[in-house]
Amino acid sequence: MTYLVTHAGRVAALLGEHVVLVGISLVIALAIAVPLGIVAARNARAAAAILGVTGVLYTIPSLALLALLVAVLGLGATTAVVALVVYAQMILIRGVVAGLHGVDPALVDAARGLGLTVRQTLLRVEIPTALPVILGGVRVAAVTLVALATIAAWIHAGGLGTLLFEGIETANSDKIVAGALAAAALAIAADLALRACERAARA
Amino acid sequence: MTSSNNTASPEARAAGGGARVELRGVGVRYPNASSSAVDGVDLTIDAGTFAVLLGPSGCGKSTLLRTINRLVEPTSGTVLIDGVDVRERDATELRREIGYVIQAVGLFPHYTVAENVAVVPQLLGWDAPRVQRRVNELLALVGLEPGRYCDRKPRQLSGGEAQRVGVARALAAEPRVLLMDEPFAAVDAIVRASLQEEIARVHRELGTTVVFVTHDVDEALRLADRVVVMNAGRVVQAAPPAALLEHPADDFVRELVGVDAQTRRLATERPLIERR
Repeated sequence: MTYLVTHAGRVAALLGEHVVLVGISLVIALAIAVPLGIVAARNARAAAAILGVTGVLYTIPSLALLALLVAVLGLGATTAVVALVVYAQMILIRGVVAGLHGVDPALVDAARGLGLTVRQTLLRVEIPTALPVILGGVRVAAVTLVALATIAAWIHAGGLGTLLFEGIETANSDKIVAGALAAAALAIAADLALRACERAARA
Repeated sequence: MTSSNNTASPEARAAGGGARVELRGVGVRYPNASSSAVDGVDLTIDAGTFAVLLGPSGCGKSTLLRTINRLVEPTSGTVLIDGVDVRERDATELRREIGYVIQAVGLFPHYTVAENVAVVPQLLGWDAPRVQRRVNELLALVGLEPGRYCDRKPRQLSGGEAQRVGVARALAAEPRVLLMDEPFAAVDAIVRASLQEEIARVHRELGTTVVFVTHDVDEALRLADRVVVMNAGRVVQAAPPAALLEHPADDFVRELVGVDAQTRRLATERPLIERR
């Protein structure tokens, strides 16, 4: 635990990098997953294709995916973000599809019958009603990405993984513990914060 | 023996509260279905009439209702409202002029009662004070005190209260046609009776043309100016309740209303036992 105390500044800086890495990845991932999820929820054939492809991508081991991406995109944070975005897709899209499929058909019938357009029905009724489930997907994705992002240090993307890799190389278990504890704390914090959002969306 | 106990008052009629709904040869055939859900229905519902579509489940009454606001597009025939073919209208705009109430109510759970009632006026761009006035007026009309109910969420309402809000929401933009699809089927008998009284009163006051779907014979006879009996996608008989009871068109209608006529007689003959 001593490293955590003596090098609190460095740990905090790496934690900041980690948060930025995960945050940016999550935002980009959502921007892709929400439209894809909406398409998948409405069209069974598109759903099979989208969920099939993202499902396969999800099964690629993270180290293998990073190695492949480095070959194309080189080392650095950008490559790490791409990998994290890819991994988040399956979780997020499934959340959006499950959320939209869970909307009471009577609500959609009432909305259409009252004269809401397809888009108004989606934005005002379906997405707000599906929000708790969609946020559940975001929560699982966030926690997963916090863990995955530690490996990103391997391709020089920074973050708390830096401490883990340095610790392994120099046989400094104190560093490893510091990195692991900080990453775990971040994952727990993200989980709790997003659970609170889910509850708020349900109310 | 008045058959049209719920006929709109002369004042309401004069105010032009309702529109005439005409169905000409309306047929609906769903893709891959072996037979038509609705088969060549000709029916004229005069302005201000309370028409009840009555029939067993699967007879096509809900499908027929949904052709009026274009939630279902007929595969043949024409639907006219005050002489205008509904297909000439933008479907969304058309629906904002037609009230729609369903059995499952479908109140938006994340909106308050007031926001639910205000949905259509807001879509039509009414200003805030006008919307607020209308919400209060409507809640009072359906028997809910605005001060107590405006800020509640749908999950804080009983089934009967929720459907009252559903009716208020459907009436918000002063529709000239109100479509109701088994609106009271999910509530218990006592609440149903009071909702029936309310909708009959609302109809008398506003003179709106109501098209009401039910499989409940008693409900149909109690509410209708005109009962439209349907079976297997066709209209079997369309007549005022008394005429239907006295001159059923065929065995299907006789059986449908006959069984119930028996029960009603028993109920009126033994009121004390009923009350205990």
